[in-house]
Amino acid sequence: MGRKLLTEHINVEGIHTLDVYRKHGGYRSVEKALKTMTPDEVVEEVKKSGLRGRGGAGFPTGLKWSFLAKPEGVPRYLVCNADESEPGTFKDRQLMSKLPHLLIEGMITGSYALGANTSYIYIRGELLYVLRILEKAIAEAYAAGFLGKNILGSGYDLDLYVHPGGGAYICGEETALLESLEGKRGNPRNKPPFPAVQGLYARPTVVNNVESIAAVPVIVNEGGDEYAKIGVGKSTGTKLFSACGHLNKPGIYEIELGLPVEEFIYSDEYCGGIWKGRDLKAVVAGGSSVPILPKELILKTATGEDRLMTYESLSDGGFVTGTMLGSGGFIAMDETTNIVRNTWNFSRFYHHESCGQCSPCREGTGWLEKVLHRLVHGHGQMQDIDLLVSVAKQIEGNTICPLGEAAAWPVAAAVRHFRDEFEWHVTHPQEATKPGAIFPGKLVTA
Amino acid sequence: MAKITFDGIEIEVPDGTTIMNAARQIGGAIVPPAMCYYTPLKGSGGKCRACLVKVAAGSAKDPRPMPKLVASCITPVQDGMVVENTTNDSVLDVRKGIVEMLLINHPLDCPVCDQAGECDLQNFTFEHGLSTTRYQEERRTFEKIDIGPLIQLHMTRCILCYRCVYVANQIAEGDRVHGVLGRGDASEIGTYIENIIDNDFSGNVIDVCPVGALTDKTWRFKQRVWFTKPVNAHRDCPKCAGNVVLWYKGNEVLRTTGRKDQYGEVKEWICNECRFEKKETADWTIEGPAHIDRSSVISANHYELPVLNQSVIADLPASTQRELELNPPLKLG
Repeated sequence: MGRKLLTEHINVEGIHTLDVYRKHGGYRSVEKALKTMTPDEVVEEVKKSGLRGRGGAGFPTGLKWSFLAKPEGVPRYLVCNADESEPGTFKDRQLMSKLPHLLIEGMITGSYALGANTSYIYIRGELLYVLRILEKAIAEAYAAGFLGKNILGSGYDLDLYVHPGGGAYICGEETALLESLEGKRGNPRNKPPFPAVQGLYARPTVVNNVESIAAVPVIVNEGGDEYAKIGVGKSTGTKLFSACGHLNKPGIYEIELGLPVEEFIYSDEYCGGIWKGRDLKAVVAGGSSVPILPKELILKTATGEDRLMTYESLSDGGFVTGTMLGSGGFIAMDETTNIVRNTWNFSRFYHHESCGQCSPCREGTGWLEKVLHRLVHGHGQMQDIDLLVSVAKQIEGNTICPLGEAAAWPVAAAVRHFRDEFEWHVTHPQEATKPGAIFPGKLVTA
Repeated sequence: MAKITFDGIEIEVPDGTTIMNAARQIGGAIVPPAMCYYTPLKGSGGKCRACLVKVAAGSAKDPRPMPKLVASCITPVQDGMVVENTTNDSVLDVRKGIVEMLLINHPLDCPVCDQAGECDLQNFTFEHGLSTTRYQEERRTFEKIDIGPLIQLHMTRCILCYRCVYVANQIAEGDRVHGVLGRGDASEIGTYIENIIDNDFSGNVIDVCPVGALTDKTWRFKQRVWFTKPVNAHRDCPKCAGNVVLWYKGNEVLRTTGRKDQYGEVKEWICNECRFEKKETADWTIEGPAHIDRSSVISANHYELPVLNQSVIADLPASTQRELELNPPLKLG
């Protein structure tokens, strides 16, 4: 079993309280950073650690921090993106509700590194109970002198606020999140300017995922070089995966990056194999927006190497035979799964969540959903399958924010790898639309 | 100053100019279409994606191409930037796709729409679209809403360019009674109809609307636009500059609008009194026939040829050359 850096003490009784959290080494990084390190040194450690954004895009966190514009006399902000709403991803919720102080500790250390005196945690509206846990923890941190004026006598001030969203997936996009935080309609902004230059209230802002920020205390405590020793190549450290679907042991697993996918699915230490003794059909490896892969391609790359749980290995082969690590929402589907119906379900989500600002996404997501609806309900025609690919292509890359791609990729990938199942829905509509119908054909790969 | 190459034509523009405005300084058929961008409205643009272009070289310092197509209306130029619009087939393909997307929920009721003949979406479709559709499903529809006694909102035709929202925010200030409600393809221009827009400049939402979603109720169904004669006129107005276009049929003034430039953008905002109430020739000082640019069917058979302001460099790409031969530039004054 690999090391657990974030979730080591997650099951300790009362770990959500400051006292217990401190007994298990909590807030050491705040003391270390504020008393012995300059802000730039903290940024340097994070850079050395090779930590990559855990929200989905995988951009190096240290690099993002070093891009932050620092004009004189202008406030800067650190914003934590806790608007976790990608279908299949539920790691941040667990982290925040069990270990609220870990996030707060990361926010303090991170804000110190960036020179921010006000920081925000933007939390998904549906997670109201987590918001209450966080607020209680923040009150404890204020009382203990970890937040507020002159933290630990270092002269550094920080105020931390939690702000709930209204429950829109689009507000997980960083600029839409900032708009929403400013009290406006959560529409993504056009980039440039990037948030590092003009973010919250047109001030330089860094937006980081919960898990990225939670990794900062570990990096500061152990040193960036130590952290970078875990993992493979440019995928360093540990990552939380929320495994769900047809698994014997779905749940949240912290793994060292570099674990083979096969071991993650079948080892008893992790997911324990596919439920009911069935065979694996397909996996969506990083939340619903990344391309789906059939069993053969998720276990081995196209060149026959073992697929590893790293940013590089999962995206090996591009989108033709690969996928992405994404946010770590690992959805496994057994042999009885209807891929067409599943794709329609994803598509329905993106249709519902498109903000409606730019035309390809506003109209295209609805179009995809309607065509898939037709196919699923047995009214599809053969040309609809190519139509799906064509519409997905018209959306992809032409939108303001990545929601367009998130809607297009799963559809394009499903057709790419499971075309015969789509065709089966056209040629055998009555059979295919029966409840519990199982595709009898064999799987194709690109 | 920044020197850029747009479709093989070099031009020098001030730093901070957008690619779109640099192209407009060149003029002619190479200018990307704009369905949402509107120069006088701050913050507009970037939404319709009609103006996407390929940046083949980012700048002289960093000549790498940009990975995705960029919206030319909001992307500022960099010195040494190389932009491809009509010379790049993938750009034209994407544009075709954008037309298709804009049309799938558009009712195509042009035969009964007052905007027909001066509609940006019609022009855009004519120039870049396909004549067939692959969309089979039902289109979204909305009830018509009266925004006060003078303006009607027909949301079914709306392409959500947000221009009218910016007008409400920036020109017709006051109690904000105008915004976007809902999400995705269910979003609509919200009006809070119990608070009708009573600002003096609210009528400008009609002029900025690229389609027939916002129409002048004093003009609705009176006449096809191409049967009317536009005439420039002015009056002493205490509220606005009073420079307008009167649209005549016979001796009757059927409607009044602001004056627009060749890209359909109004030059001066006009007030509701000038727009809705002064419908007699006696109210106005007539200046003469209004200049109508090529983007309207009113100018059928007397299209004005595009003016090319910039010197053309040698070795133009073949497609630009073709474009210029089809629409030869005029050198004026």
